[in-house]
Amino acid sequence: MKQTASFISTYSADVFGVASALYELGGMTIMHDASGCNSTYNTHDEPRWYDIDSMVYISGISEMEAVMGDDGKLIDDIVQAAGELSPKFIALAGTPIPMMIGTDYKAVASVIEKKTGIPAFGFATNGMHDYLSGISMAFEAFASRMTRPMEVVPHSVNVLGLTPLDFAVCGYDRELVSRLQADGFTVLSTWSMGCSLEDIGRSAAAEVNLVVSWCGLAAAKKLKAMYGTPYVIGAPVGQKFTAEVLDALHRAAEDKTCRNLCQPASPEGTTVLIGESVTSLSLAAALRREGGGDVRVICPVCCESQPGLVRALDEDELVKALAGAETVVADPLYQPICKDKRFVRLPHEAFSGRLFRREDVNLLTGFDRLKRELLGE
Amino acid sequence: MLKKIERTAIDKSCAAVRIADAKFPAPFRSGLEYSAPARGTWNIVHTGMLVPEGHEIFVCAASCLRGVVLTAAEQGTSDRFSTIAVRENNLLDGDMEQLIIDGVGDILSKLPKRPPAVLLYTSCVHHFTGCDLKLVYRRLREKYPDVDFTDCYMNPIMRKSGLTPDQLMRRQLYSLLKKQPLDQKSVNIIGNDFATLPSSELVAIIKEGGYTLREIQDCRSYAEYQQMATASLNIVYNPAAKAGAAALERRLGQKYLYLPLSYDYDEIVDGLNTLCDALHLPRQDFSRRIADCEAAMEKAKAVIGDTPIAIDYTLCYRPLSLARLLLRKGFNVQRVYLDGIGEEKADFEALQKEAPDLMLYATVEVKMRFLHGEDAGAGGEHFLALGQKAAYFTGSDNFVNIVECGGLYGFDGIIRLAGEMEDAYLHKKDARRLIQIKGFGGGCCL
Repeated sequence: MKQTASFISTYSADVFGVASALYELGGMTIMHDASGCNSTYNTHDEPRWYDIDSMVYISGISEMEAVMGDDGKLIDDIVQAAGELSPKFIALAGTPIPMMIGTDYKAVASVIEKKTGIPAFGFATNGMHDYLSGISMAFEAFASRMTRPMEVVPHSVNVLGLTPLDFAVCGYDRELVSRLQADGFTVLSTWSMGCSLEDIGRSAAAEVNLVVSWCGLAAAKKLKAMYGTPYVIGAPVGQKFTAEVLDALHRAAEDKTCRNLCQPASPEGTTVLIGESVTSLSLAAALRREGGGDVRVICPVCCESQPGLVRALDEDELVKALAGAETVVADPLYQPICKDKRFVRLPHEAFSGRLFRREDVNLLTGFDRLKRELLGE
Repeated sequence: MLKKIERTAIDKSCAAVRIADAKFPAPFRSGLEYSAPARGTWNIVHTGMLVPEGHEIFVCAASCLRGVVLTAAEQGTSDRFSTIAVRENNLLDGDMEQLIIDGVGDILSKLPKRPPAVLLYTSCVHHFTGCDLKLVYRRLREKYPDVDFTDCYMNPIMRKSGLTPDQLMRRQLYSLLKKQPLDQKSVNIIGNDFATLPSSELVAIIKEGGYTLREIQDCRSYAEYQQMATASLNIVYNPAAKAGAAALERRLGQKYLYLPLSYDYDEIVDGLNTLCDALHLPRQDFSRRIADCEAAMEKAKAVIGDTPIAIDYTLCYRPLSLARLLLRKGFNVQRVYLDGIGEEKADFEALQKEAPDLMLYATVEVKMRFLHGEDAGAGGEHFLALGQKAAYFTGSDNFVNIVECGGLYGFDGIIRLAGEMEDAYLHKKDARRLIQIKGFGGGCCL
């Protein structure tokens, strides 16, 4: 791989994923970075920045601090800020230079926790992996540490893997909660949009977990291991597929068996979806059920290996993976490498940031319109 | 389903200080840093795009690429922008030089048209891995003799060690100029994001004196840009561009004059006189221009009255000089938002005596996350904000939407700014929308 992108964008990074995952939970997230990460994150990856005063900061590490391996200033600065702002937790996430100097995030977090008495987490992100890995790390750690055993609430569910990076701020989270409630579920937590740290703390009371993007899977597995909570993988999209997801949730709650509704994609399909694996495979399944035919899914970010799922990690691989495609459904910033193909715009915040927010598609309420556009109806 | 996070009132200590109690050059403690959602200032992508027909290639980790890729996309310049992603294996395998050489070759082979120049941005990791950049550039120049390569940097970790990334960018912006015979009747203004307004005395003196004036913003082609190498004199008024001017003097033999942006009449006259002397032109009488400034200020004051005013450092290179002028003219300047004091020591010390209660506010201090949008003047009045950050922090839609001087300079700049203040006082703007545009005035697809 040449690792070049002559024409297309770059996915949001792991460090931003941590910040996005924890944004609404009342903690303090520090990106251990010289400069630039904070403005990048809050400009392109965080649609809530203007409306919710979440405590996301950078450490401002300098050349001398890096050369001298001076974690003392980082710790002191965090302890001081925490003393003044009283966050509910502290999360530290790394970038390339702290990785190069071997920063021990867990040790730093442990020292901070001892000094402040506030739960502290160290995430060994390095800015070189995509956003999903950061979100996944954060959710898994919170599943381990911030939940506690509780009596199970009948017909209850947690939604795992909801962030604006995959679902935008266009009402999908609200609509999903409404559909779950309408189907008789009590929604205990939605990791983590419209959700508090206290909600997350009660997650063990759920009968079943719903994983709507890959980044929720590690937390689901952790909650299964800790409390025996089964999970269902699949993002509700479209009428028919959503009904299947709801049915799977009921059955999983009943028989305590996990289910993966991300069925094999069609690697030879001439309609191609590019995006996050769970949402794209769910969308492909929904389209298949409603006349969309065979759909090829290309995933350029973290995912589980899945039959038929095409992996492509840089522009060259993507161009090859698009061979034979007639229609491409993807973020508009993929358009430059899809010039000879019919293109259906499906903005993805994790790829194009705020550029196309006005066109964001709520995959529940906007599915029919997307389907009509795809089918040329 | 956005939920506000509940929070009790934040005390302002450490985030705000009376100027009389403030220390030079760092009025605030160093610590964790916040980033306000005012995005109008230009970054190194915007500035680099000023090289006509140039192509930018950034080599860095995904987290660093993210901001610059989307800057170009929002600016509508993605066709002049490419990336090479640095991954863990590149740090471990020691193949960074090859990654860059192969990556640049791959990109050049795919572009529909070979660019005359490539601005190649390396990052903090290259510095820390000891990447042999000299070898990289030598090989690239050998392989692609039809392309001019220049070394640009996105290495914020070095911001406290020598030249800042902004200073480096403004130096490298002109590093592609090739030595040519100097034209004694040709002058450049360099180092700004915006071209200086033609109505300014600076431009008028140069042009009316029979000199050819060039600024990079006016160059429509790479060939036109190269003509800037013929100037015998470079004018600088952005402090961040002084290093660039010095480099051009060393490399091309172009003399330079630093005529700092100022809001002090005497300093402006001194600067313009220095210019006239350097160009062998008679000095001019600026008393009429000063009178025009006075009239403009009086008119603005009559409209704005005692409305509290907040200024921030993104408006212009000398916010304290501006505060001092406005205070002298009777304006009710209550706050200046800045994080450090650079060249303005004299103005800072003067203001400590002249306006000891003037408040300095930080912009990156952690508490500023919560100190925005609800403040008003002592009497509960709405602020008039000069600059985007001042607008954000004071929650004012009455604001002057200028970044980095906006091409305003000299007496003409003061007169125009007075007009902008009046207009801002009388007419609200959509601050939320406007201040979030990256690189204001540099093109935007949002």
